[in-house]
Amino acid sequence: MSTHPVPAAEHEVHGADDLHVHVMPIRILVTAFAILMGLTFLTVAVTWFDLGAANLLIALLVAVAKAGVVALYFMHLRYDKPFLGVVLITALLMVALFISIALMDTTAYQPDVQ
Amino acid sequence: MSAHDGSHHEDGSPHLAHHFDSTTQQFDTVKLGMWVFLATEILMFGGLFCAYAVYRRNHPEVFEAAHFYLDTTLGAINTAVLISSSLTMAWAVRCAQLGQKKGLVLCLSLTILGGFGFMGIKTVEYSHKWHAGIWMGTSNRFHPLHVEGGGHGTEAGAGSHTGTGAATHAGTEAGTGTGSETGSGTASGTESGTGAASATGTAPGASPPPAPDLLVADVARPSGPEHTSIPLPSRGESGLSALLVDADPGHTTSGALEGGKHEVHVEDLADGDRRRVHIFFQIYFLMTGLHGIHVLVGMGLLTWLLIRSIAGVFGPRRFNAVEIVGLYWHLVDLIWIFLFPLLYLIH
Amino acid sequence: MTTSTDTSARARPGEKASPPSYLEHSKGIRSWLFTIDHKRIGVMYLWAVLGAFLLGGLFALLLRTELMNPGPTLIADETKAWDFYNHMFTLHGAVMVFLFVIPAIPAILGNFILPIMLGAKDVAFPRLNLLSFYLYSLGGLFFVWVLLSGVIEAGLDIDLPGGGGLDTGWTFYTPYSTSSSSGVTAATLGAFILGFSSILTGLNFISSIHMLRPEGMTWFRMPLMLWALYGTSIIQILATPVLAITLLLLVAERTLKVGIFDPALGGDPVLYQHFFWFYSHPAVYIMILPGMGILSEVISIHSRKHIFGYRFIAYSSIAIALLGFLVWGHHMFTSGQSALANAIFSLLTFSVSIPSAIKVFNWLATLYKGAIALSTPMLYALGFILLFTIGGLTGLFLGALSVDIHFHDTYFIVAHFHYVMMGSTLFAFLSGMYHWWPKIFGKMTSPRLGWIGAVLVFVGFNLTFFVQFVAGSQGMPRRYANYPEQFTIYHQISTIGAFVLGLGLFVVLADWLWSLRWGKKAPANPWGGNSLEWHCASPPPLENFAIAPTDAGDPYRFDDWVRDEETGGYVKRQESPA
Repeated sequence: MSTHPVPAAEHEVHGADDLHVHVMPIRILVTAFAILMGLTFLTVAVTWFDLGAANLLIALLVAVAKAGVVALYFMHLRYDKPFLGVVLITALLMVALFISIALMDTTAYQPDVQ
Repeated sequence: MSAHDGSHHEDGSPHLAHHFDSTTQQFDTVKLGMWVFLATEILMFGGLFCAYAVYRRNHPEVFEAAHFYLDTTLGAINTAVLISSSLTMAWAVRCAQLGQKKGLVLCLSLTILGGFGFMGIKTVEYSHKWHAGIWMGTSNRFHPLHVEGGGHGTEAGAGSHTGTGAATHAGTEAGTGTGSETGSGTASGTESGTGAASATGTAPGASPPPAPDLLVADVARPSGPEHTSIPLPSRGESGLSALLVDADPGHTTSGALEGGKHEVHVEDLADGDRRRVHIFFQIYFLMTGLHGIHVLVGMGLLTWLLIRSIAGVFGPRRFNAVEIVGLYWHLVDLIWIFLFPLLYLIH
Repeated sequence: MTTSTDTSARARPGEKASPPSYLEHSKGIRSWLFTIDHKRIGVMYLWAVLGAFLLGGLFALLLRTELMNPGPTLIADETKAWDFYNHMFTLHGAVMVFLFVIPAIPAILGNFILPIMLGAKDVAFPRLNLLSFYLYSLGGLFFVWVLLSGVIEAGLDIDLPGGGGLDTGWTFYTPYSTSSSSGVTAATLGAFILGFSSILTGLNFISSIHMLRPEGMTWFRMPLMLWALYGTSIIQILATPVLAITLLLLVAERTLKVGIFDPALGGDPVLYQHFFWFYSHPAVYIMILPGMGILSEVISIHSRKHIFGYRFIAYSSIAIALLGFLVWGHHMFTSGQSALANAIFSLLTFSVSIPSAIKVFNWLATLYKGAIALSTPMLYALGFILLFTIGGLTGLFLGALSVDIHFHDTYFIVAHFHYVMMGSTLFAFLSGMYHWWPKIFGKMTSPRLGWIGAVLVFVGFNLTFFVQFVAGSQGMPRRYANYPEQFTIYHQISTIGAFVLGLGLFVVLADWLWSLRWGKKAPANPWGGNSLEWHCASPPPLENFAIAPTDAGDPYRFDDWVRDEETGGYVKRQESPA
């Protein structure tokens, strides 16, 4: 069931039977870490300015970007079988669905609640 | 979920479970299983995010007012701690794959340390809230059924019973306002007033407690009958970082906004909304509490991994366990990445 | 063409005897309680689930007895009688939903058949499978104890530890559930544990279907039962965690007075319903989808005809799983949801009927010009088609907003969901049990007892529930023990029907027990199917196949099998004497 390509030796080890394993290079890990720290700083810094509704939007976008870095590089999704990404996306879509409909409904009946 | 105990040697690997044909198949299956499990965790926390979204959307001022009681600096430090532990976790997986035992042990230890750091800061935050009377449930000062004198948490254990007793009592005392109406403005105003009054009345023989030593650097605020007796936090600093604030009077805190935006604080809230302030804290505790439990479970798993890695179990042919515990740990980090801005950075 | 797929463990002349079946492989209670064999786990689930079904069913009969006459029937004192009634219908609903309908087909038939259909030795995570079973049993025992102790307390005035039972209905609606003095917290925790059993089963099945298929079995060469189980597992994975968090929030609400769902404390009770139904509506598709998988197998094999519209049925399983997540608000049309949400959910509800209808049309097309054998599995399958059609169509009535205003919380709803949950899922379950019984236990059931049971169940079921549509449309509310005189006749017919149904189900049980003791030895392939489970012995050996199959071919192509009167089953064509 091996579907891994054959890149340079640095990234590959041979395990049992036909096991081809992709090992994360240190520079990618450290770069991802630096990006994450930078984005964290950005998230906090944005709160020093009043941008109205954009504050929330930016916070969420930055969070999504950070999540993407963690998922793709720390969790190895970039180099894994695509279906694993499908699993993650499906879960997130389901959450988005639930939140958006509940939001839509509760907002719409707020006038009744006074 | 690991399948390490198979005795079959179909492909020469002693760790292949009997129902798998190859190590690759086993590795891939276990990884898929873990990702499916992570999907369930995302859905579970998603429910809490939904509760958060619904309340914030419909009562934005309430959330903005209440969130000032959270310490942004501690939250940011915690974020950095978790991200660092994610780095060391990913590094640990790499070490396991390359058979670098020393590196693996070091990275796992650092990750566990990160977990301790996170929980330590959490403990500081939580204990602060406990002492400040903004704890969970009826021990929260803003809770309509809060019993004065129970706020310091000494009765928190019995609090739910006392709370229940007081609740039903206060409920009947406040009369129809509590039960049937979903919150017309006047009724709720009467409620919080009545609630506090009747609660104080029902506390057996209690003298009014001393003003709680809440948060530092009280800023003088006008008080009146419609305001709570709790002094407001100074611009969101509290606990550990408050000490830093004291040390550096020139320090600009995160609460100061450019552009002169009016910050909403608790006493700015409409009467109806003030009844809802405690909900922010309930959601805060539910989300961070459930997250914290997951961190603890993760630390347990990591400790188990650490013990086995010291025993030399992992190597290029066998690192699945490290990988999948890593996935779990990264998920814990992912959830915090969303929790932090949503709870701590509401401006 | 298939490569050698005769992997049955039957000894041929000159060969050693076949390996022992999974039932004989090891003895003693420990070999069962600590097994990781999916087949044994399936059998253990069978007995546990049947026990729950018996309990839920007995309470159904008690309920119907109470409803025989207006006014209190079982207990003289009115207040106690109504409280007793509340506890009883809650127990009936909760036990049936959580301990019977949701787990039955996946945990019993899914666990047993899925790996064999995949040509595999076990599910992807056998030990997780055992854990699922433990969670089910222990969670179930705890849950039953809490509810049962409450019923006994309410009915007989004996004090039992158990927190006071549950009287909120299986839906735990706030604000009653947060303020009721019954044991909501304990019951909720029991349901929480049960949810994890469901999640782990779904996780196991998804992993198995993705990773353990043999070389030649592409997605579109899988039996449709596997497509159905796959769709079910998707729902289990995505929906059940939301139930978990809902229950946790309910517990927090009760113990800590968190106030999220309590208007007096600034909360929102409709939000609870959003949370609850986001799981509980997809849950009903967890209930029905595996049943539909069984239908595809049984209809095709017992009419010896290739399933019609394979891809449509396969896609519709996934479509039902996904669309099922979009319609939960149709349980809340009268709860205070906004008009906008009402309209959206109503529209989406109509759309979810389409994939279900596609399946029904395909089954009918399969039957057309098939050699229909009225075996016991086929009887239940045919019953399913009729009853599911009725149940599904009445769902459309309820999806229409203007109609639902009148029918919500009446017996119309009760009849509707019993037609789909019981008339359909139970019938599919019985069909599947009869269909795979020879494989699981190596014994044949009695065709006569099977017929008698099926007729009694079918007649009893319709007698019980059809009149409820009428009663409901005339205004009889649900969950009420007392009612005006005009409804008496409907209730009395319904109660009689319930006892006929109960009798029929006991006949089914008798048939199964008789079969275990005196049933004819079953051949490897009694019905002539071609999916992989018919290629191994009945009952299968521990690792299912003597030689792992590599290519199953088309699971609905039956031409290679011919009837062999000696064993009473079917054998591969090249083996039959010329």
